[in-house]
Amino acid sequence: MTENKKSDTAFKTVVSADKKIFDLKLKEAFKYKDMILLFVKREFVSKYKQTVLGPLWAIIQPLFTTVVYTVIFGTLAGLDTADASPAPMVPSFLFYMSGTILWSYFSSVVSATSHTFLANAHIMGKVYFPRIAMPIATAISNLISFGIQLAMFIVTYIVLIINGSAEFVLSWHLIFVPLSILQLMLLSTGIGIIISALTTKYRDLSMLVGFGLNLWQYATPVAYGLMLIPQNYIGLYHLNPVTPAILSFRYGVFGVGYFDLAYYLIGWAITLLIAFLGLLLFNRIEKNFADTV
Amino acid sequence: MSEIMLRCENVSKQYRLGAIGGTTLKEDLQRLSARLRKKEDPTSKIGQKKRPISNEKFLALDGVSFEVKKGEAVGIIGKNGAGKSTLLKLITRITGPSKGTISLNGRVASMLEVGTGFHPELTGRENIYMNGAILGMSKKEIDAKIEEIIDFSEVRQFIDTPVKRYSSGMYVKLAFSVAAHLDADIMIMDEVLAVGDMAFQNKCLTKMRQSAQEEGKTVLYVSHNMNTIRQLCDRVIVLEKGKLIFDGSVEEGIAIYMNNSDSGSNVVTLHDKTHLGNLIGGAFMESMEFLDCENATVVSGNPLKFKMNFRVDRKLEGVKMRITVKSRDDVPVGISISDEVGSFDAETMASVTLAFDTSLLAQGIYYLNFAVCQYDSNGNPVILDNVARACNFTVINRQDDRSVWSQMWWGSIKFPPMKVCEAEAKNIN
Repeated sequence: MTENKKSDTAFKTVVSADKKIFDLKLKEAFKYKDMILLFVKREFVSKYKQTVLGPLWAIIQPLFTTVVYTVIFGTLAGLDTADASPAPMVPSFLFYMSGTILWSYFSSVVSATSHTFLANAHIMGKVYFPRIAMPIATAISNLISFGIQLAMFIVTYIVLIINGSAEFVLSWHLIFVPLSILQLMLLSTGIGIIISALTTKYRDLSMLVGFGLNLWQYATPVAYGLMLIPQNYIGLYHLNPVTPAILSFRYGVFGVGYFDLAYYLIGWAITLLIAFLGLLLFNRIEKNFADTV
Repeated sequence: MSEIMLRCENVSKQYRLGAIGGTTLKEDLQRLSARLRKKEDPTSKIGQKKRPISNEKFLALDGVSFEVKKGEAVGIIGKNGAGKSTLLKLITRITGPSKGTISLNGRVASMLEVGTGFHPELTGRENIYMNGAILGMSKKEIDAKIEEIIDFSEVRQFIDTPVKRYSSGMYVKLAFSVAAHLDADIMIMDEVLAVGDMAFQNKCLTKMRQSAQEEGKTVLYVSHNMNTIRQLCDRVIVLEKGKLIFDGSVEEGIAIYMNNSDSGSNVVTLHDKTHLGNLIGGAFMESMEFLDCENATVVSGNPLKFKMNFRVDRKLEGVKMRITVKSRDDVPVGISISDEVGSFDAETMASVTLAFDTSLLAQGIYYLNFAVCQYDSNGNPVILDNVARACNFTVINRQDDRSVWSQMWWGSIKFPPMKVCEAEAKNIN
């Protein structure tokens, strides 16, 4: 037995039937970074091939959504676009746009990664690579689209500042912008891979994702301000980890809004927990997924 | 050079039979709640006692152990369902084993299907990078090899065109070129060569052969084409029903794979074999027996005598027997038609003894197709009954003949010696 062990250590890779629970395989995924970059490129390029407007589509969609929100929720329904009182001076158009681009990043990553196993079964059933590379690539390639949208947001912001209808104060709050983007990235990938791991067995979940995300958006301050939520429910409302991410993003860019450190940290804790659970579940499923998919 | 690159220890892979993964969340929850309440499973079929899925297991691989050394080219052969592809899937880590351990030393490149990960919208060049990366190469390595890959693929002219415009042949050539140029230590191929034209197939086999012999790569190759196995491999593993039944030299392994339906026995029952081309009917071969020999083995030059028993269903006249001699790889060698064996009344059992002249056949194992037929006025056969690959026999050298015959290069027929018509020698100057 000991002799067996000794000879095993000489091999670079050993595949056996027993499962190691805490083997996250992130190191291995890093070795395949060239492949991840190519996947990112492939996903991004193939999305806009043979379209006339190309990556402009990344702008058109949130732009029109923002216009519709401004007209319907802002003008017609007259919903409050303030996260905290007294109402800060944030133009409702910018307010809706910030929520829309963050939410569209979150929802597109969740829905894309939730199909990881099903959509790539043809590749994964034929060749081995760290499966986690796929959702990572999806999260990154959507980040490019998000970057374009963020540029659009910044341009709009500058135009409105020049116009005199918005103001910008440079402060340390800006740190929340990259932090909340990172949080959304981890959270959406985590949720996506949990769903993708479960959909290999239960296809029902893939049906749920589309309309589940639609409902989820209403539980998130995307099209309305936090002020609309009654004080008693603020704690419950913050259990939705997307909420503190979006609130802190707006707090960061506008310099005013709602920020509660306790809720913010709880949001991060939930995010990290989901991402970790997602990785565990994903690695557990990936080994034998070819047999069940 | 004797470093072990791959070791499989007692590897098994179990599959569940039935609708694998075909349950819904609702059914699983119902089953769980029923089990908690100790009630009968609501999703089971009426009368079924246990959970329907878990009781039927199927072992695709059953305790397979072997080792492969550096620089070896190993062929894996076996019938459909013997577990070849499952074994490759385990080695390439596409799915995990149910039991046992697989140890690999070095990078594995798999070609279970060519063009894995090709994206139709990307150009040939972009896809080379894509495919190479999926197979585990870094961008730098591909940069260094891209010219070589494009040359090998023979599609340089179209390399900057999206692959969705490619013909299927071009697609395959490009895909194989990428895979063949991988800097992997262990290369695994599952009949990828079945596509592509003959010239390209040969080019690929030569390339693989070189990789093994000159660059010390280890090759695992699965194929049903015994000729490519002979060309490429220097060792074969034979799988049958998930078990490893042979591990050793190529010719022996192929013989075992080809023979294991029938070992050379003297008495062969035919009524349970598939009777093909039985369109007209009228006769039905029941059994046959080799006479005057042991283990269906005949010394070269001696007649092969056999007795054929067949049922006659209607009145038949001018019946002849025809045999088709085939090589081990199912390549026809030739046919022999008997003289008229006679006329028979309906509902009789006929029994005829025939002798086949084996003097033209080289040493080796041959298979026989039997046909009972009549010949029409143009001399064309009317098949009354036909059994393919009914039995086999072995031709061995006469005792004084110690020559070796290579079927691969020389075929199966030893023609009579050429006659010398004239021979002379002149002074060159």
